[in-house]
Amino acid sequence: MTESVTSAPPADTRAGKPFLEVKDLQVHFPTDDGMVRAVNGLNFTLERGKTLGIVGESGSGKSVSSLAIMGLHKGSKAKVTGEIWLDGAELVGMSVPEMRALRGQQVAMIFQDPLSAMHPFFRVGDQLTEAFLVHNDAPKAVAKKRAIELLDRVGIPSPDKRFFDYPHQFSGGMRQRAMIAMALMCDPSLLIADEPTTALDVTVQAQILDLMKDLQKEFNSAIILITHDLGVVAKMTENVVVMYGGRVVESGNVRDIFYRPEMPYTWGLLGSIPRVNRSGDGRLKSIRGTPPSLINLPKGCPFQPRCDYQEHVEGANCSTELPELLQIGQEQHRVRCHIKSEERRQLFTEQIKPSL
Amino acid sequence: MGRYLIRRLIQAVFVLVVISAITFFLFWATPANPALLICGKNCNAETVAQVNATYGFDKPLVVQYGQYMQGLVSPGGRTIGSEGNERNCPWPCFGESYQNGIPVWNSIKDAFPATLWLALGAAVLWLVAGVMLGLIAALRKGKFIDKLSVGLALFGVSFPTIVFGYLLLYLFIVKLNWIPFPDTANAALFSVGPVKWLQFYILPWITLALVFAALYTRITRANMIDTMNEDYIRTARAKGLDERTVVFKHGLRSALTPIVTIFGLDVGGLLGGAVITEQIFSITGLGKFSIDSVLSNDLPAIMGVVLFAAIFVVLANIVVDVLYAVIDPRVRLA
Amino acid sequence: MSTTTSAEQTGKEVAGGELLLETRGLQRYFPVTQGIIFQKQTGAVKAVDGVDLSLHAGETLGVVGESGCGKTTTGRLVTRLDEPTAGSISFLGSDISHLSRAKMRPFRREIQMIFQDPFSSLNPRQTVGTIIGAPYDIQKVKTETGTKKAVQTLMERVGLNPEHYNRYPHEFSGGQRQRIGVARALALRPKLIVCDEPVSALDVSIQAQIVNLLEDLQEEFGLAYLFIAHDLSVIRHISDRVAVMYLGKVVETADRDELYNHARHPYTHALLSAVPEADPDAEDARERIRLTGDVPSPLNPPSGCRFRTRCWKAQEICAAEEPPLMQIGAPGHQSACHFPEERDVV
Repeated sequence: MTESVTSAPPADTRAGKPFLEVKDLQVHFPTDDGMVRAVNGLNFTLERGKTLGIVGESGSGKSVSSLAIMGLHKGSKAKVTGEIWLDGAELVGMSVPEMRALRGQQVAMIFQDPLSAMHPFFRVGDQLTEAFLVHNDAPKAVAKKRAIELLDRVGIPSPDKRFFDYPHQFSGGMRQRAMIAMALMCDPSLLIADEPTTALDVTVQAQILDLMKDLQKEFNSAIILITHDLGVVAKMTENVVVMYGGRVVESGNVRDIFYRPEMPYTWGLLGSIPRVNRSGDGRLKSIRGTPPSLINLPKGCPFQPRCDYQEHVEGANCSTELPELLQIGQEQHRVRCHIKSEERRQLFTEQIKPSL
Repeated sequence: MGRYLIRRLIQAVFVLVVISAITFFLFWATPANPALLICGKNCNAETVAQVNATYGFDKPLVVQYGQYMQGLVSPGGRTIGSEGNERNCPWPCFGESYQNGIPVWNSIKDAFPATLWLALGAAVLWLVAGVMLGLIAALRKGKFIDKLSVGLALFGVSFPTIVFGYLLLYLFIVKLNWIPFPDTANAALFSVGPVKWLQFYILPWITLALVFAALYTRITRANMIDTMNEDYIRTARAKGLDERTVVFKHGLRSALTPIVTIFGLDVGGLLGGAVITEQIFSITGLGKFSIDSVLSNDLPAIMGVVLFAAIFVVLANIVVDVLYAVIDPRVRLA
Repeated sequence: MSTTTSAEQTGKEVAGGELLLETRGLQRYFPVTQGIIFQKQTGAVKAVDGVDLSLHAGETLGVVGESGCGKTTTGRLVTRLDEPTAGSISFLGSDISHLSRAKMRPFRREIQMIFQDPFSSLNPRQTVGTIIGAPYDIQKVKTETGTKKAVQTLMERVGLNPEHYNRYPHEFSGGQRQRIGVARALALRPKLIVCDEPVSALDVSIQAQIVNLLEDLQEEFGLAYLFIAHDLSVIRHISDRVAVMYLGKVVETADRDELYNHARHPYTHALLSAVPEADPDAEDARERIRLTGDVPSPLNPPSGCRFRTRCWKAQEICAAEEPPLMQIGAPGHQSACHFPEERDVV
């Protein structure tokens, strides 16, 4: 990897390289109780027009990773290492002013709870135009026109009037639409959506997810979708990263993850969710125990204390040695597990699949 | 909005009536006999009876209260004094002092400017100092400057005003002689000139502002720390705004909203008189006036100053609520 | 039919299938007032507006709907944390709709509640032992082995370490706190537990643990659940029967499989169609029904059928006449629609 890429013109260096590449990203926070190891080596790539799902439970490091890509840990106590290459520029080593110029411009973010993510004292329209004016030296009227256009595009009725409303005057769904419009103000090439529909009702969630899909086609943006909802992942993404204890434990295309998963944690996740399209009368295949503390991560495989398949590992080194994230097959399907791949496939077909 | 204000004003009048009634009847529950106070040393049964008749003390309490209230409500004021010695007490009539016969309203009018200047000056001082210190502390949380301002705030809250005031007075006027000894008890801004005026008020301001500044430092710091952890601050940063805009436009606006409320109530409360500070620096404001009135059992004066102060507190409450609704669009007045 | 009769029944085994809870025309209006001095009522939020539910012993009735549909208020009415404006709630044949606190007391042993947020529903200053044991103190119940032993047995039963008797809620994870809430609800061996979104604040893997626990306990103690949730998958998994609510009314109710496979109400179709399935191929192949707009205000609900403003089938009659819940399809399947029709959505 060359070190001079940051300042080089993107066109040359970009040839053959992914639009977004995250390499060995680590985020650690020093606290009074000890070092919180929130992210411990995250790797993925993403192209424009595609959606990557990051799946995990609370404390898996999924939200912290997204904030690292936005550079929002800069200036805090967090230690961020590794590399994030976006369109030929490296973000981890970037200065604060450079990063600030990218934020909102090239990378924009949609947050979980649009009520708390919008400033309660400012009009929705003003919050949108602010996002435009900070990156564009344009008259206010231009920003206002763009804001009203986008409010219209995301499906807010009479946008020229709603422009002057405050966030609390919007319904939950409309607030999330406005939030999306705000993220799109500068036409970003990368959109990070952190649980964008978790706070919404299911019919509104469907509207918002459809809207995001349509907008992605229109703007050809890359989307990172962070969620715990496997239904949303199945619907929205091409590729999936499953995180556990700050690490990637399995990644691949969405069908690999849903139809040919090989990591016991992924099995557990798929078995834990009740299905709307069939009546499972048996018990849910829950995972025993609780997610690990990020201060005191288990040695070896992070999932080891909760894993029921350790007897299938030759040498029984789950609690001592961290398995590597290894590619299996031709596709970009990677799994972090000590069990041999053939045996994992057999376990899945014989024991897991029938109960899903 | 209009309906809201009307309702609040009606409520305010009701509150004031209750306060006046409580003060009035509480005073009569004390063992002091106003007639004895008025006639002074050469009291005998006859003079006491005469005084009672003159002032109407022989009438039932409720009637006396009614007459008192009439002077406050009726535009013509009311008539006081016994037959042959009747005089009109113009509106607003708080009665005449038992001590010296001066209409209480005149005394209040004379004492109020000193209290007003004292309160306003101190308010500006503590607001600026408190908010600035609190803001700096919040932004440098955990650093030396934060610990220093938290320490200062603790000192300010716990240091007794009366000691602090006399200390300042001794240090700057007596010992160092930086400020001349005040030769007037009530420096009116336009009669003594700005330099003398400042010299007169600067130490009282600092004395009065100390506790408040300390409180405001703490409140601002806590609010600002909470606000900077809000989701919408993260959104503001994610837009690419620079830190100054994030702090001053998005952060401070929310953090200061609760301060507006407390500030309004504090200033409203102080307009009724800052008793200790006025006492230390011999300022003849409402605080000193109320102490003197209480010590001499001067009912009309006490009633007057209590009601006058209550008006400010009640009004401050309304102003603060309206202001809050103006600042925070989520608040609807109803 | 008196209060005492049912109180005396405490502890006795209830015959399976006995009618436990029945609500008739249940209403809860929250008044909206206005005025300068004297407040006069100018309107009402019709949170619950004529709900009929019935629940048998040992059964789970799932109540599902979007925010503002009145499902939580219904739960609060059934547990009598709130008093209905009109209509009746009868528990084992006794009318409890307007009982005073004192008269309600014996029923509190029979009807317990589990709340959504395991963080705010436990008193942070009380130990787990005190929290779980509180129902014994309040109801002045003497346990054979002493309260502490009883609490520890309960803790073990719900999957908590009994040695943690003296710990405080903040020392537990979200899932464990929800177990504490379950143990508290279970302490007096109630017949009915109202579960208000008991798993929606939990992580996926923990959610499954709690759902399994609730099912095990139901089998062991013959509990009936009124299970309130917005998650249609969880409702499908746990319920025997399901009621779908919209703007304060039940729009469709049926046995679980009947409802999910042969729903007749357009709103049920729209809800089911909106749930993303954890199955990429199925997700690509699905038919979509997309509702436009938001749920109207319960302060001023639409005339006639409340769903008509968002319904693609709405005709004139829908604005003029409110469709009643009518028997349609399999026994026990009721739907409130002028134009019911079957449609494959999941």
